[in-house]
Amino acid sequence: MSPTLNVSSSPHIYSSESIPKIMIGVVLSLVPATLGAVYFFGLNAVVLIVMAVASAVGTEALCQKLRGAPLKIDDFSAVVTGILLAFNLPSNAPWWMAIVGSAFAIAVAKEVFGGIGFNIWNPALAGRAFLLASWPTSMISSADFPAPRDGSLSGLKLDALTQATPLQFIKNVIGPLLKEPGEAGAAKLEAAHQALAQMSTASYYGSLFWGQVGGVIGETSAALLILGGVFLLVKGYIDWRVPVGFIGTVALLAWIFGGPQGYFTGNVLFHVLSGGLLLGAIFMATDMVTSPVTRKGKWVFAVGCGAITVLIRIKGGYPEGVSYAILLMNTATPLIDAYTKPKVYGGK
Amino acid sequence: MLKIATFKGGVHPPDSKEITRDRKVEPLTPPAKVVLPLQQHIGAPLEPVVAPGDLVKVGTLIAKPTGFVSVPLHATVSGKVKSVGEEMHPAGVRMQSVVIESDGQDAWEEFIAPAGDWSALTAEELKKRIQEAGIVGLGGAAFPTHVKLSPPAGKKIDTFILNCAECEPYLTADYRQTLERTGELVTGMQMIARILGCERVLVAVETNKPEAIQALDQAVGDLAGFEVAPVETKYPQGGEKQLIQALTDREVPTGGLPMDVGCLVQNVSTALSVFDAVTRGRPLLDKVVTLTGQGLKNPGNYLVRVGMLVQDLLAAVEGGIDEEIGKVVMGGPMMGIALPGLDVPVLKGTNGLVIFRNPVAVAPHHPCIRCGKCVDSCPVRLMPCELALFAENERWEKCREYFAKDCIECGSCSYTCPAGRNLVQLIRYGKFTVMNQGRLQKK
Repeated sequence: MSPTLNVSSSPHIYSSESIPKIMIGVVLSLVPATLGAVYFFGLNAVVLIVMAVASAVGTEALCQKLRGAPLKIDDFSAVVTGILLAFNLPSNAPWWMAIVGSAFAIAVAKEVFGGIGFNIWNPALAGRAFLLASWPTSMISSADFPAPRDGSLSGLKLDALTQATPLQFIKNVIGPLLKEPGEAGAAKLEAAHQALAQMSTASYYGSLFWGQVGGVIGETSAALLILGGVFLLVKGYIDWRVPVGFIGTVALLAWIFGGPQGYFTGNVLFHVLSGGLLLGAIFMATDMVTSPVTRKGKWVFAVGCGAITVLIRIKGGYPEGVSYAILLMNTATPLIDAYTKPKVYGGK
Repeated sequence: MLKIATFKGGVHPPDSKEITRDRKVEPLTPPAKVVLPLQQHIGAPLEPVVAPGDLVKVGTLIAKPTGFVSVPLHATVSGKVKSVGEEMHPAGVRMQSVVIESDGQDAWEEFIAPAGDWSALTAEELKKRIQEAGIVGLGGAAFPTHVKLSPPAGKKIDTFILNCAECEPYLTADYRQTLERTGELVTGMQMIARILGCERVLVAVETNKPEAIQALDQAVGDLAGFEVAPVETKYPQGGEKQLIQALTDREVPTGGLPMDVGCLVQNVSTALSVFDAVTRGRPLLDKVVTLTGQGLKNPGNYLVRVGMLVQDLLAAVEGGIDEEIGKVVMGGPMMGIALPGLDVPVLKGTNGLVIFRNPVAVAPHHPCIRCGKCVDSCPVRLMPCELALFAENERWEKCREYFAKDCIECGSCSYTCPAGRNLVQLIRYGKFTVMNQGRLQKK
């Protein structure tokens, strides 16, 4: 007599990859930056991260119930969103912002579309954009960023704002001074040039690299973010084309257009190491759901992100453009996929 | 020897060949009963020339072809024809088959060997022997070999590739035959090359078979035009289109055949059957089948008479059927078919039986997370995630636009999908619909 046999379609063996495995891998890769956030910014960073994660997972469960969908919160994707959303908050953000931001990210930017795999925009960045639009002063008021640990820039005789993030400093302090030197006065102009010079020193780059500058809690330490990124690359959880294309484009365009003294004088290292570029290029732009599936498409996406980032940084109203660059390119992803279909084997 | 070649894409499942790679081919005692389906290959079904009650010997013609793309079928045990009627086929359908009950004598027909050396025969005479022996492509597709070896005028074959890649995990049938019948294999290749009038012969072997590479290197020696070509151990390296691309840098055009780029690929078992047919007039009667899987008592490579029921094979080798058997796959684990029951016969195209124990692995189904791993692994450069979504939503025009027809159903995409989506099954659905739409429209 035949035993009861399983009859299913080929293939009959599967690789050991799974969504929870990938998501847990991403969480692990964020651990260095999380520890850095706590070290640089203190206890409130812990509160924000915990609140954001709890809110993300809770919102996902609630939405699934409302949708009548089966409960599925064990793939760890909401945990990743929670951590990344928290990383986009300044360290003295109130705890309820973490909750509201995460709830928006999951409910409006993910569950409304059908849950994991169906969203068009990166949920964490959509959450950040929502918070920024709703409570701008809490999100970007420079007075809310703690002073850089190494005390850089603090010796200069400039109004307040020595506690700004590097990019804010360039856009809101240095930029206007250089544009209208007449009004500012010679001493201030001199201070501005000194600041620029100081921001080109090895010690300043060191601060940028290790994370001793102002910023939102997840973006400051290049070293810790890169460490996580290497882990993700080795495991194959992110495609190298996106961070390389994104960062490379920013480097190139910042070099060409970013210098205050004309073309090809931009400070490449400064642009690559400051702001949310590394966080965005390594952990946000590489989000699989919201970026193209084709190889060529990933390049197009990455270059687009880089170009828009530099455009906003140099010409736009905000000091940092990474979030909007990624959100805009997320919008273009289905189109990019349609136009970068690989040439079929044997095709013309 | 050429340096190691490969194609873009593919996956690396664990090869699991250590279970049977060192087991010599062992012939099994002919079974008490064989079931021979009248449709074992692409082409017109056969017409039986025997009736219940007829006495047959091993090798007696029992069904004849009804068209050019068809080969005859021979009795694989001696005894009496029990019935000609519908029997269960491995694909899960009932099909016209000839059932023969053995008399236990194993009496064989007299086969006619050629008068002199085979090299005196013309290409036409060689092909006639191949057709009369009932030889079909034994790599799995089972296409009548004499037809494959008759490309239309204007399609000159300049490269003949012998497929000893055996890229499916678990299977070692081709590997063992390569080691144990190397000289005859090389002669079989020479015969095929002669039929094609082709001067360049590449013997493709995956790098996980170093002993085979060595044996072939020695056997091929200085034969003009012959080269042993190692290929990277990767699935599906043995797909004929992938082999052609890896070894010649040419791509078979979509909708076309290897002959369109001057190439032709044949499997090891096919070449050996050609040798047997030409030198001894022996028809295709038996197959080397790798019986493998976890927890078997006697896994190995067995020479099995075509038509032997799987349950009889398991009884002969394993001493019976274990209640713990959860799934039996005929073929390899990537492209084989899961059998609905064990009372189905071994076919001409069977090269493996993989036993999976309970609990059977089932892929969890999540929505597509657009990771792109399927796109990266597809050896035909399709977008499996998109094709599967289109098929699921019955968007047939999109399936056609995304080349569903070109899918070789190798399983690389489903294997690698972290969401566990049934990509191959969905794409097959789309492919089938697209192909049949065309046929229906023509009417």
